[in-house]
Amino acid sequence: MANILNEILRHGVRSESFSWPQADLETWQQALWRRFGRALVIRHVDAGSCNGCELEIHALNAPQYNLTGLGLRFSASPRHADLLLVTGPVSRHMEEALRRTYAALPEPRWVVAVGDCGRDGGVFGKSYACLGGVSQVIPVDVVVGGCPPTPLQLLEGIWRAVTSARGSILPQPE
Amino acid sequence: MTTSMPLVRTLSGVVPAWQETVSREDLRTLCLTQKERGARLVSLWGSDEGEENFDLHLALAVQGGLRWLRVPLPPHDPSYPALDDVFANANRLQRATHDLLGLLAQGAAEGRPWLRHGAWPVDRFPLRKGEDGQAYPLLEQEPYPFVTVSGQGVHEIPVGPVHAGIIEPGHFRFSVVGERVLRLDTQLGYTHKGIEKRAESLAPTELIHLAGRVSGDSTVAGAWATAQAVESILGRQVPERAEWLRALWLERERLVNHLGDLGYLCNDVGLSAGFSLFWALKETALRTHESLVGHRYLYDQILLGGVAQGLTVRDCQSLQAECATLEREVHRLQDLLQEHAGVQDRYLNTGRVTPELAARLGLVGLAGRASAQAWDLRVSCPTVPYAQAEVRMATRAQGDVAARVAVRFDEVFESLRLIRYFIEHLPSGPSLWDAFPPLRAGVGVGWVEGWRGEVFVALELGAQGQVRRWHPEDVSMSNWPILEHAVQGNIVPDFPLINKSFNLSYSGQDG
Repeated sequence: MANILNEILRHGVRSESFSWPQADLETWQQALWRRFGRALVIRHVDAGSCNGCELEIHALNAPQYNLTGLGLRFSASPRHADLLLVTGPVSRHMEEALRRTYAALPEPRWVVAVGDCGRDGGVFGKSYACLGGVSQVIPVDVVVGGCPPTPLQLLEGIWRAVTSARGSILPQPE
Repeated sequence: MTTSMPLVRTLSGVVPAWQETVSREDLRTLCLTQKERGARLVSLWGSDEGEENFDLHLALAVQGGLRWLRVPLPPHDPSYPALDDVFANANRLQRATHDLLGLLAQGAAEGRPWLRHGAWPVDRFPLRKGEDGQAYPLLEQEPYPFVTVSGQGVHEIPVGPVHAGIIEPGHFRFSVVGERVLRLDTQLGYTHKGIEKRAESLAPTELIHLAGRVSGDSTVAGAWATAQAVESILGRQVPERAEWLRALWLERERLVNHLGDLGYLCNDVGLSAGFSLFWALKETALRTHESLVGHRYLYDQILLGGVAQGLTVRDCQSLQAECATLEREVHRLQDLLQEHAGVQDRYLNTGRVTPELAARLGLVGLAGRASAQAWDLRVSCPTVPYAQAEVRMATRAQGDVAARVAVRFDEVFESLRLIRYFIEHLPSGPSLWDAFPPLRAGVGVGWVEGWRGEVFVALELGAQGQVRRWHPEDVSMSNWPILEHAVQGNIVPDFPLINKSFNLSYSGQDG
């Protein structure tokens, strides 16, 4: 235990502050609190990706991005989630599972399609095995292109989804 | 012999490989003899030769190289004697070959479909040349006949395809008594994207782009193996510097994947500090890739005839410096894990695959090396520059999670040594062909030791150099069935840990 504490102390706090044109960190956190009054909970579904996008979603959990501090959390169940992060061109074999996962999300809910495959099937296209993009199966709010998109692009996409016109219909807490 | 074709011919290229035609009648005898001599089945696939003619193909790893057996099947009778009693990993390969191409393994132990869930009808085979690759009318998903276990107190836990974490989709059916797993039956194929059909009639450069996306975490290995196959058909070597840079990127890929998995192996035993410390290192290494070549995971760095970017002297210096830092940090983390009784308690004897079982079932790659299966292409069949660098193979005999963790640590340190060696001895010169040689028809193979294990590619180009048949095989196809054995007798909560210690690719096996 002492060794672990020692190691943590030696490394210090690794989380970074970053910003993008639309918002800085503080604006982001305030907006999340204003809209959700709590953390934004995300559920991820791999609908046939090559696992490249999964690598970047994992990378979001690296300490540099300080995800929990930002007010974002991944959930084990779609029933606890506000937002669905979907990767892959949607293989025919995942179509039903994706529909059911989406149906399990309580309203209001948002969908972010991740990667060039999530947008339109990407390199895998549309075929006997692929439907050619997430929007072929469920309504999509925001598409984050890239092969794979970087963690910052993912964060920006999530931000765009919850601040979109549909996002602002949420009641404002006192 | 009436044919003037030689029975065995050596394929050109960097992989030592021979192709030979074998009659259907001789196939089993040949396989049995080869098995006795220590051969291993790397891959099994089929091809449509037109007008109801089909060939079955097998790739065997033998002493000193790869034997590619081509078995022409009689017209209108696309069947062959099953080989799953000779090579255990033939089971799923045979089923996949049937689902996609309709070649039937006579006398196979299992008749369940493997890759087909209902995206295409049972009597249609998407890889046949007559099929246009477009969507079939939507069918009901067929229920998969899972193996059931009966008895007092036995119940089933179905898991997936959507799992609790951020992982790929697959279905696991556990039969348990209390917390103990009696049996696991796996159904994969959820991420089947039809990549082999997609590849047909692509140009070789487009194919290498696709090959880097068979399994995203092995993009360098996948693209390199496919590039090897194309280059062997075109009959021209790549510049020496390019081979060295490809190996450099392959080792960097091994490094970042091992760092990430070691982090998750901490996470899965509740040591979240270990997770954060490993992932901080991985993220730093990924950013190095971005600053050097503009891509965090080195996608599209392997091109036909070389690599996308040469490295400057300054790039090399920054990589060297990073190696020194990583080596120091990973040693500290290794000590941390070794001294942590709670972690060791979860790792030791968990998810054990004994060397005997591993040999019988054909476990290979990193998981194989943790169960005393001493096979690493970088050592067993080294190409440039691995032959010069004299890779030290990491092996353990315990076959448990602890052994797989130990092999990963050893491989991290060996990769760091290799990266430094490659940079110090990097030959000068171009790192990409200045012009493509004329495209031509032919067959070729690629074979690369990715971080998870071997990636094999068989390729046939048509007259204009377009893809006729491309079959990539990720080591996951052979190793997935052995996970079912590894979890037997373990408790359900240890499954994520055992699964992560293998970390097999769903996308790589589903195709």
